[in-house]
Amino acid sequence: MLLSPYPTTGERIRIALLWLWCGMVILFLLVPILIPVPLSFNSGAFFIFPLEGISTRWYEVVLGTQRWQAAIGNSLIVAFGTTLIATLLGTLTAIALSDEKFPGRRIVMPLLLSPLIVPVVITAVGSYLFYARVGLASTYAGIILAHTALASPFVVVTVGASLSGFDRNLMRAAAISGARPITSFFRVMLPLILPGVLSGAAFAFVTSFDEVVVVQFLASANQRTMPLEMFIGLREKLSPAITAAATLMMALSIVLLVVANVLARRGKQRPRID
Amino acid sequence: MSALEPTKLVRPRASRDWSAADPGTAKSVAAALRRADFGDRLRSLALAAPLLVLLALSFGIPIVLLLSRAVYDPTIADALPQTSQALRGWNGTGLPDDAAFLALAADLRSNQAKGTAYELAKSLNARLPGARSQVLKTVRQLEAADRPPLEVMKAVPFWSAPGTWPVIESGTHSVTSFYLLSALDLRWNADGGIERVPPEQAIFVQVFMRTFFVAAAVTLATLILGFPLAYLIASVPKGLAAILIVAVLLPFWTSILVRTAAWTVLLQKFGLVNDLLLWLGVADDRLDLMYSRIGLIIAMTHIQLPFTLLPIYSVMRTIQPSQMKAAYSLGAKPFTAFRRVYLPQVFPGVMAGCLLTFILCLGYYITPALIGGASDQLISNFIASYVNVELNWEMAAALSFILLVFTLALFGIFARILGLDRLKLV
Repeated sequence: MLLSPYPTTGERIRIALLWLWCGMVILFLLVPILIPVPLSFNSGAFFIFPLEGISTRWYEVVLGTQRWQAAIGNSLIVAFGTTLIATLLGTLTAIALSDEKFPGRRIVMPLLLSPLIVPVVITAVGSYLFYARVGLASTYAGIILAHTALASPFVVVTVGASLSGFDRNLMRAAAISGARPITSFFRVMLPLILPGVLSGAAFAFVTSFDEVVVVQFLASANQRTMPLEMFIGLREKLSPAITAAATLMMALSIVLLVVANVLARRGKQRPRID
Repeated sequence: MSALEPTKLVRPRASRDWSAADPGTAKSVAAALRRADFGDRLRSLALAAPLLVLLALSFGIPIVLLLSRAVYDPTIADALPQTSQALRGWNGTGLPDDAAFLALAADLRSNQAKGTAYELAKSLNARLPGARSQVLKTVRQLEAADRPPLEVMKAVPFWSAPGTWPVIESGTHSVTSFYLLSALDLRWNADGGIERVPPEQAIFVQVFMRTFFVAAAVTLATLILGFPLAYLIASVPKGLAAILIVAVLLPFWTSILVRTAAWTVLLQKFGLVNDLLLWLGVADDRLDLMYSRIGLIIAMTHIQLPFTLLPIYSVMRTIQPSQMKAAYSLGAKPFTAFRRVYLPQVFPGVMAGCLLTFILCLGYYITPALIGGASDQLISNFIASYVNVELNWEMAAALSFILLVFTLALFGIFARILGLDRLKLV
């Protein structure tokens, strides 16, 4: 509804200017994230256009050298660990919170969301201080725990959203039919909220896989993850291998988040069973 | 959904309790219902408990522990037990009596014997710049033991300087406001009042002001760039809107680190931004955009733009276009209709987007660390460097405390005037 039925010249000019401005904003949004992609296939060692030639040598560095392989391995360990714990506990919590009888919802919900609100450096420094005392610093368990705090709010929110479309009478029907709570959960509730759970899991995975500040404080040299390796690389010397790593990370997060959002939408729009 | 939706039905489980009670009295039914209700509450609490406990352990305790370091620092009190004793009766003005000097000498020697003298020197130095070398020098002279301890102490001018003893005295109290005041460039003066530290020692107010300035600049830039785009996306037909929204979401879904990395490539001296500026004729020469304030603001604007835009868009798409048409048909000029009909309705979205971006900017760490220069480091970077470089946990804790107070206060405002539901972005 941009133009009125009988647009004046002034209106046409305004709309043209709006499109021009928005076109520039979209370029500003997209060009920076697309730039690393062609650079990562550059055969030269510099970041200057035009490219010298096409090659996959920087991907060979990222996927083939021991240092990057270890980092990718660490990232996967931490991200899968975080996803597992955050999805499991986050789903249980979302189910509890979706019950209107849950005591103190108004207090619990902001507390659950607080890891997203507190500046991440404070979380990282606090974890470093506490985990060092209890022997969790420089361990995978420590990093996974800290990442679970950052990732679980996403699971609680997405599963909560899919539960808001879940008809609780189905659970009552299952109970009347003689199903024990555990059976009705696995056979009735879980299949219906599964899109929401998987979407939450994807959010949790991406949150952990992209996280670098907490890792920077908690990880020893043996636990460097891919983002941390990138961060260190960016501080030391800008190498095109970083553009290859950035492209890989970007591709992974975009694919996972597209899946997460499609699932989340499907979880919410699921037709009810009448 | 059909009319068959009894939402307040009692759970079938509760009927078991009814059979046990006398069915004739309403009282026992009510009691049974209450019992069942209590059981339900307990069960839902038990479901949430694992995550709540895990969050308390992995997130709550660390934050509380860190913040407590800002006000609780027993290092000096522990290291100087005799001095603490001797200073009990001191009135805080002038110099304490010789007994205090002797007690300090004895404490310094026992620290040397235990091997903790350097620790003590360091933590005194955190409160009293220059104390480190003086403590170590005095310890060496006490070790030599060629003169009586009192003479050694009096021979070092540092121990008779006016500022020294009040700091030692305040250090013997484990609970201290010293670091919190320092984080705001304040200190106690000799008369027990609070004063500003001398300008050459003041650092943090400037850093907080810089953080606020960068956050405000980024918020304004994202609003100027984002508002028209949000308006366009909300006005075009659905299919086109979906394509445009993807252009907003793609960068939104890319991690901050990856986007910062992309900007370090773009902002190089021979990078694309400089190429563009030269080609447009905006700049005559290649600019140093890396490690500069403007480079930092550009990169942060790129990262925050979706955070500002999405809440605005989600409000804009609920506004009926017919309202604007009604305004036109009533004779309003486009600008008047926009200002009096459209703007008041999108205002909550604008507030939500801007507040969110402002709050998130206060905590930025990665981008200033990689793109900002030495004079563009924000408060989070100072917190990190107090932990990593200076090993001064108390100062890091005090800065965290102040930053957290600002962040939570702004979120409080956000929740109060806009409601927490607006935190959902799409």
